[in-house]
Amino acid sequence: MTHVILNTLYVQTQGAYIHLYQDTVRVEVEEEVRLQVPLHHLGGVVVFGNVLVSPYLIQRFAEDGRFIVWFSASGRFVGRLQGPTSGNVLLRRAQHEVLSDPGRTLHLARCIVSGKLKNSRQVLLRGLRDLQGSVPAIEEAADNLQVLVNEVQRASSLDGVRGVEGRGAHIYFTALGHLIRGDFVWTARSRRPPRDPINALLSFAYALLVSDCVAACEGAGLDPQVGYLHALRPGRPSLALDLAEEFRSVLADRLVLSLVNRRQVQPGDFDVRPGGAVVLKDDARRVFLDAYQRRKQEEVTHPLLEQRIPIGLVPYVQARLLARFLRGDTPKYVPYSIR
Amino acid sequence: MKDVVDILVAYDVNTETKEGQRRLRRVARVCTGFGQRVQKSLFECRVTQAQLEELEARLVKIIDGKKDSLRIYILPGDRNRLVRVHGIDRYIDFEDPLIV
Repeated sequence: MTHVILNTLYVQTQGAYIHLYQDTVRVEVEEEVRLQVPLHHLGGVVVFGNVLVSPYLIQRFAEDGRFIVWFSASGRFVGRLQGPTSGNVLLRRAQHEVLSDPGRTLHLARCIVSGKLKNSRQVLLRGLRDLQGSVPAIEEAADNLQVLVNEVQRASSLDGVRGVEGRGAHIYFTALGHLIRGDFVWTARSRRPPRDPINALLSFAYALLVSDCVAACEGAGLDPQVGYLHALRPGRPSLALDLAEEFRSVLADRLVLSLVNRRQVQPGDFDVRPGGAVVLKDDARRVFLDAYQRRKQEEVTHPLLEQRIPIGLVPYVQARLLARFLRGDTPKYVPYSIR
Repeated sequence: MKDVVDILVAYDVNTETKEGQRRLRRVARVCTGFGQRVQKSLFECRVTQAQLEELEARLVKIIDGKKDSLRIYILPGDRNRLVRVHGIDRYIDFEDPLIV
C-alpha cells in the first residue's frame, strides 16, 4: 500500500484546451492530446491565461468538490471555482461566533503570528547554516524575531498583534536579502506589482500557497473568507490568508531561495511589463511549478501528530486543528512550526 | 491521503465480430478512466480498494466470458520497485508534478 495526496494539474500552455473525457481529464494542445489523467488522481486544476476549460469539466469539478483556480498568464490570481456550499453549517456558525469573541480572536491571531515568526526565524537560521559562515545581520535578525515571538504573546489587542507582525516582516525580509546569492538584487518586499525578480517569485509562490490554503479550508468544511488576523473584506479569503501565514517562509520563501541559489532560475528568466511589474517567463514558471509540487511531497514530521506526512498536506491538517479550536473542542490552536 | 495499490489489467478480447470490436473499445475506455495504457492490451492503474472493485465489476460486465479473457494483477508494493521496463515506455507517474 502506498499513500498519495491528490495531485494538482497545472496548465500554462497558451491556447491549450482541457476537457472531460469519460472519467479522465484531457489536455489538448493544437488538437494533440498532451496528457490524459484519471480524475481520481486530481484534487484540482490550476490554469494560466488563455486556457480553454470545457463547461462539462467545470460542472463535474464543481460537483465533485475538486478545485479550478484561474491565474492570468503572468501569474496573478483571477478567480476560482466555487461548488455548492459544503461542509458543516454548525462549524461555519462557530467561525462567526469566534469572530465576535475578542478573547478567542486574539488568541488565534497571536498563535498565527507567533507561528509565522518562529518559522521565519528557522528559515533564516537554516539559510545561515547553508552559508557555513557567520553573518551578524542574520543572527541579529533571528534574535530580534525571538524577542517578537515573546512580545506577541503579550499583545493585548488585534492591532497590537498586527503591529508585531509588521515589525517581524520588516526584520525578516531585510535579513532574507543576505541569503540570496548570485546575480539577484534584493531591496525590499514589493507587491501589486512585484518590482524585481525575487518579489515576482515570492508573489507567485504566495498566490499558489493561498490557493492551497483555500482548498485546505474547504476540505475541513471551513468558510475560507471568515478570518481573524486578516480583516473581513468582500472576496478576500481571510481565513486562508490566516492559515497561509505559518507556511509562507517554510513552503514559499525557502523554495524561492533554493531555486535562486541553485541558479535554477536566473535573472534572464523575467520580463518587465510596462508600469514596472516583473513577471516570470513561461519556461521558468514551469521550473518553479515543478519545484513547488516536488517540495510539497517532501515528508516532514508533524510535531503535534508525531507522524511523517508530506509537507503539502500540513495545511490540511492545520485546517482541521483550526476547526477543532473553533468548535471549542480544544482550548488552544497550535500553529505548525518546523523544529 | 488514501491507501492505494498498483494493479495491472490485461485483456484479450475476441474481435472477429463487430460486437467484439465494440467490447474491445469499451474495455479500453473504462481502463483509461482508472489508469493508463502501457501496452496495447495492458493497463497500469493506481487505485483504492473501492476503485479496484468498481473497475473489475465494470469490466466483467462488458466482456464476453466465452470469448474474451481478463486478468487483473495486484502488485504487492510500489510499482517503481516491482516493474522492470525495457524498450518504449510511455508511463507517466500521475503523482509527479503535472505541468502542461
